[in-house]
Amino acid sequence: MTCRFRSSHLTLAAGCLIGTAAVADTPTLTVYTYDSFVTEWGPGPVIEEEFEKTCGCDLNLVGVGDGAALLARVRLEGERSDADVVLGLDSNLVAAARDTGLFARHGVTADYDLPLTWDDPDFVPYDWGYFAFVHDKDLDAPASLQALADSDLSIVIQDPRSSTPGLGLLMWVKDAYGDDAPAIWEGLADNIVTVTKGWSEAYGLFLEGEADMVLSYTTSPAYHVIAEDDDNKTTAEFDEGHYLQVEVAGKLAASDQPELADQFLDFMVSDAFQSAIPTTNWMYPAVTPEGGLPDGFDGLMVPGKALLIAPDDVPALREDALNEWLTALSR
Amino acid sequence: MADRAQPVRAGAGIVAAGLVAAVVLGALGAVFWRAGGGVSPGPADWAAVRFTVLQALVSATLSLVLAIPVARALARRRFPGRGLLVTLLGAPFLLPVIVAVLGLLAVFGRAGWVNLGLGALGLPPVQVYGLHGVVLAHVFFNLPLATRLILQGWAEIPAERFRLAAQLNLGPAEIRRLLERPMLARIAPGAFAVVFGICLTSFAVALTLGGGPRATTVELAIYQAFQFDFDLGRAAFLACVQIALTLGAALIALRLAAGEGFGAGLDRPVDRWDAATWPLRIWDAVAIALATLFLVVPMAAVAVEGAPGLISLPASVWRAVLTSLGVASLSLVVLAALALPMVAALSTGRRGWIDLAGLLGLAVSPLALGTGLFILLYPLADPAALALPVTAGVNAIMALPFALRILVPAARGVVADHGRLGAQLDMGRGPFFRLVLLPRLAPQLGFAAGLGMALSLGDLGVIALFANHEAATLPLQIYRLMGAYRMEAASGAALLLMALAFGAFWICDHKGRARAVA
Repeated sequence: MTCRFRSSHLTLAAGCLIGTAAVADTPTLTVYTYDSFVTEWGPGPVIEEEFEKTCGCDLNLVGVGDGAALLARVRLEGERSDADVVLGLDSNLVAAARDTGLFARHGVTADYDLPLTWDDPDFVPYDWGYFAFVHDKDLDAPASLQALADSDLSIVIQDPRSSTPGLGLLMWVKDAYGDDAPAIWEGLADNIVTVTKGWSEAYGLFLEGEADMVLSYTTSPAYHVIAEDDDNKTTAEFDEGHYLQVEVAGKLAASDQPELADQFLDFMVSDAFQSAIPTTNWMYPAVTPEGGLPDGFDGLMVPGKALLIAPDDVPALREDALNEWLTALSR
Repeated sequence: MADRAQPVRAGAGIVAAGLVAAVVLGALGAVFWRAGGGVSPGPADWAAVRFTVLQALVSATLSLVLAIPVARALARRRFPGRGLLVTLLGAPFLLPVIVAVLGLLAVFGRAGWVNLGLGALGLPPVQVYGLHGVVLAHVFFNLPLATRLILQGWAEIPAERFRLAAQLNLGPAEIRRLLERPMLARIAPGAFAVVFGICLTSFAVALTLGGGPRATTVELAIYQAFQFDFDLGRAAFLACVQIALTLGAALIALRLAAGEGFGAGLDRPVDRWDAATWPLRIWDAVAIALATLFLVVPMAAVAVEGAPGLISLPASVWRAVLTSLGVASLSLVVLAALALPMVAALSTGRRGWIDLAGLLGLAVSPLALGTGLFILLYPLADPAALALPVTAGVNAIMALPFALRILVPAARGVVADHGRLGAQLDMGRGPFFRLVLLPRLAPQLGFAAGLGMALSLGDLGVIALFANHEAATLPLQIYRLMGAYRMEAASGAALLLMALAFGAFWICDHKGRARAVA
């Protein structure tokens, strides 16, 4: 670890003591991301090492809460923000992020392996996944949202007001059913054991046996196979198709390192970055790396149909969808 | 007060209270200022206010009603392991929310022990989710606190009163009327206000166990305003509603908390001749056994769940332990610097506004406070660099209401009982504070310090807003582990956190426990 130019800061002081002497002329690229990205088991450490090999810079990854908190933080800081790049926004938040006017256009071109075309001028995707309900293999799983609503299976979901997967399910039902979404939610109301603040709580409840299924990703079983050698988890394929979560990054217009920021976005869709994604972030890489996907990803359910509401259409739908959700589940 | 006869000084306490009020109200003001005014709470927000008040009223009432028999039983019984039990009673209150919820669900959840037992007997399962689930969790969190606060009330009745009662051959009914009810009338309203305040700011517990958006609390509405709508004005307005509710409850409680203390005693061990009958023994044994079962079994579930994960804890967890201990120690220093002058100021008169300023830490939404401080500090310094000191300061402000609740009644007693003697001896304020007040408050100081330290260890609070990955506290690290599928490591870290909080509480509370035992 090298000493950042803010070496007076308490939290970095310890790192400076054991690190090399301060290198005042090394530029620093500051990237805001969500918490789990920067942990020692997340993609952060590998990506920092790989990028610093080539950039002649110091990559400062700052973890700030979860996906929704990340955007709130950038808005609070506004143009004075130290961040050069924000990494970790969900496709459902892209329009809100664009509306802040804080983000700049990018010049990245890549051959994306996304199930849908992505050509957003401001935000570059780095990974993606299908939302899906995870369950134990011995469960007789329903084949559609409608069938789930008609069944008496129990599920745990996340609150769309505080969690990006929760918002994803809201958009999933809206995209698949449009004006009939309220009927689906009314049907689901008696299946929903409870609604949690975030993904962690919901997944924890599911693992404790509180529900038959939990809203997560089709890639979740890969974690259990690869890290725990447990192939007892799977996901249910729904006829309506599966809503996508595309995770993106954007460059801040007020960045004092615009070239480095561009360089980082290019690096983000390269092999060195993308090959770290599957087994650290447990999502599909936006560009499949040369070595392909790791073992454990090959057995995953691949939905026949991918759903995604165009980012710029989300704000108009979000408020109504939330009210429908609140009304159906508050009965 | 210029009255020379007062044995303690009020000035420093007024400054400390002003400082607390300035930080909390300044932070909210900053959110309003950043929002540029504009407030539009909708019908959903008012529904959240109604649900919040309802669940807080039920939770606080039930916690108090159940705490009284438990505290009475603990006050008049001596048995091996009582000290350990009194300390254990502090533990649920100190657990991070998600850990406690998972512990509760291991017992009361769908696949929990209660339902396994019911299933074995061929009975239908019970459903924990709903208003009753919220209340269950809040009673789990707050019954121990209420019990300790009330138990302290019993401990403050001098042994001589019980001796006199025995000489007058007074039975349990007369003791209840002459000693216990007046004591409860003095202590219970304050305890109720504190528990009510805690339940008002609940969010994750209420949502998870409430079973869905029916259980939307004001804190969740604030969260939504910040993160879903980015409507800072509405968030700040809702934070003010929350403060008004807590302070309103506190004002009523302070007004209701009537009656004088019981005067000085010679600190003899308490003998309870009145309680030696078998029906009372059985009643007390049942109260203690039920409370112990209710509180200890979910914690045992946390321990059972966490034990396998303990061996393979990642290094970052140990770093987080050190960070947490540092933050908690710093927070204890700040807490002492704020609480001691305020206690001194409050011990000589009622000075309601100092009490209210002390309660602000309980009343304010952690998210609103954190965001406000962020807005204030961001132009001045890198938030990440301030993460740990700000967390320690906020933790101290949040622990302050508890410290005051614990210290002030006892300090008033000391000043009333010994103040005049001190004045006759021409004791200066400094020596009185050092030689009389502090030593006589030792048990309460230990309890307050233990609670403050453990609260800080278990708090997720504002650190998430400020931290970067180099400075994670243990609760934040537990959330990060859970967020990366590592539930086993998270359970292990949770057990470690429980042990740490408990250990800190055990060490600090040594005197308090001894007093509660004696």
